[in-house]
Amino acid sequence: MFQYNKAAELISLCTSFKMPLPEVIIQAEMEESGMNRDDIWMVMSERFDIMKISIANGVEKELKSKGGLIGGNARKLYLNLNSALSGKTVTKAVSYALAVTEVNASMGKIVASPTAGSSGILPGVLVALAQDYNYPLEKLLEALFIAAGLGRIIAINATLSGAEGGCQAECGSASAMAAASATYLVGGSPEQCFNAAAMALKGLLGLVCDPVAGLVEVPCSKRNATSTANALICADMSIAGIQSFIPFDEVVEAMHRVGQLMSPDLRETARGGCAAVPTALKYEKTMKK
Amino acid sequence: MGAGIFDVIGPVMVGPSSSHTAGAVRIGAIANKICGGIPARVDFYLHGSFAETYRGHGTDNALVGGILGMSPSDERLRNSFQYAREQGLDFSFHTIDLGDVHPNTIKIVMHARDGVIHEVIGSSIGGGSVLINSVDNARVEFSGKYPTIFISHEDKPGLIARVTSLFADQGINIAFLKVFRYSRGSDATMLIETDVHIPADLIYAIEKLADIKKVMYIDEIHS
Repeated sequence: MFQYNKAAELISLCTSFKMPLPEVIIQAEMEESGMNRDDIWMVMSERFDIMKISIANGVEKELKSKGGLIGGNARKLYLNLNSALSGKTVTKAVSYALAVTEVNASMGKIVASPTAGSSGILPGVLVALAQDYNYPLEKLLEALFIAAGLGRIIAINATLSGAEGGCQAECGSASAMAAASATYLVGGSPEQCFNAAAMALKGLLGLVCDPVAGLVEVPCSKRNATSTANALICADMSIAGIQSFIPFDEVVEAMHRVGQLMSPDLRETARGGCAAVPTALKYEKTMKK
Repeated sequence: MGAGIFDVIGPVMVGPSSSHTAGAVRIGAIANKICGGIPARVDFYLHGSFAETYRGHGTDNALVGGILGMSPSDERLRNSFQYAREQGLDFSFHTIDLGDVHPNTIKIVMHARDGVIHEVIGSSIGGGSVLINSVDNARVEFSGKYPTIFISHEDKPGLIARVTSLFADQGINIAFLKVFRYSRGSDATMLIETDVHIPADLIYAIEKLADIKKVMYIDEIHS
């Protein structure tokens, strides 16, 4: 009854059942998984708790990553919050996104959202907005369900894996998910949520996956940072009434095709992009010793 | 990746990589179940991308943690070497070329505490999912996502029907059934994956059937 594979289907379900967007996503998950509503709500609530814990750990501690390439950047940015050019909320969200990636790279616990490599973006946006605007927990979890349903649409019609679609599939998808969540929190309609997501994914279309030495550190961590800012900017644009000329479902289709056109050297193999420049190769040599 | 919302917001895992860390824990944890617990000694033979990047991804900590029975979300993984020493587990890492296999493949050789040697070959195929390709030199193919029963038996007619009827009698649905053999009339293996836990009396009943050589039960690995 509530099955959906596309954003357009999801929006028409909201209209025909006169149901809010997150509720349709929850109902669909109940149908598909056989879980009851309370259990689904509880699992999401636990995942949100883990997101908050990983942010706190990453901002407070100077974590050293396994590969030694990142760590301590979340804290640096957080301490510079009040003089940030891009404003307090954006900078806080970016600092939190960095925090989660630093926890991840130091073998800490995170929620893959949608992947480990892009795990900072959605928590960064949600937790920064929660703190600066005091949204109730219920509303934040609803925003998380929207992100989940939107990510599911990308997984079905394209991919969420860097090895298959490049970084656009990981950080691009996460940024789209976070843009939709943020749009919902400030009172956007389902159409505005997907409109924000369409702009966010378009902005990162073509982004390659080129991890230095194959590790989830460089450029992954800072790409989480820029993808977080991208999400918030696209939410602002959507709320202001700016329309994406290409609808969300077609942007997903485009992302899928771009991924297929991408050389395997630019899809997580560490053979192209940032992974293939002299500095990266020099590091790779020292690491293997 | 599945299409459920908790595959998108999830899994909960210890980083940094779903394939090189979470998947490695999972392969180790399956090896632990095949060994029947923590072995006295384990040798890890890493192939391909595992061989090249295992230190930076904590694949080594992940594998040892898995052998100790930890799950992919266990925060003790980072310090698994220390836990291994406390548990008297001796371990070492080697690189190997296993030929034309998935780039993230590993061979694990375990010396159980009773002296028996077990060998497991598995691949981390993405998103934390794994595929076990070989157990004790027998070809297999299972993911560890479901309760799995692994039966080695004589290659004789009617045996599969006798085994599956035992499942039917208990009302247990078989999700996947795979059979393998080396040549006609030789050793064969049967792999059954189910949606629910397989009770001990059913395993016992299979063991008691004629032409069955060995039955191994591998419980599902949680995240």
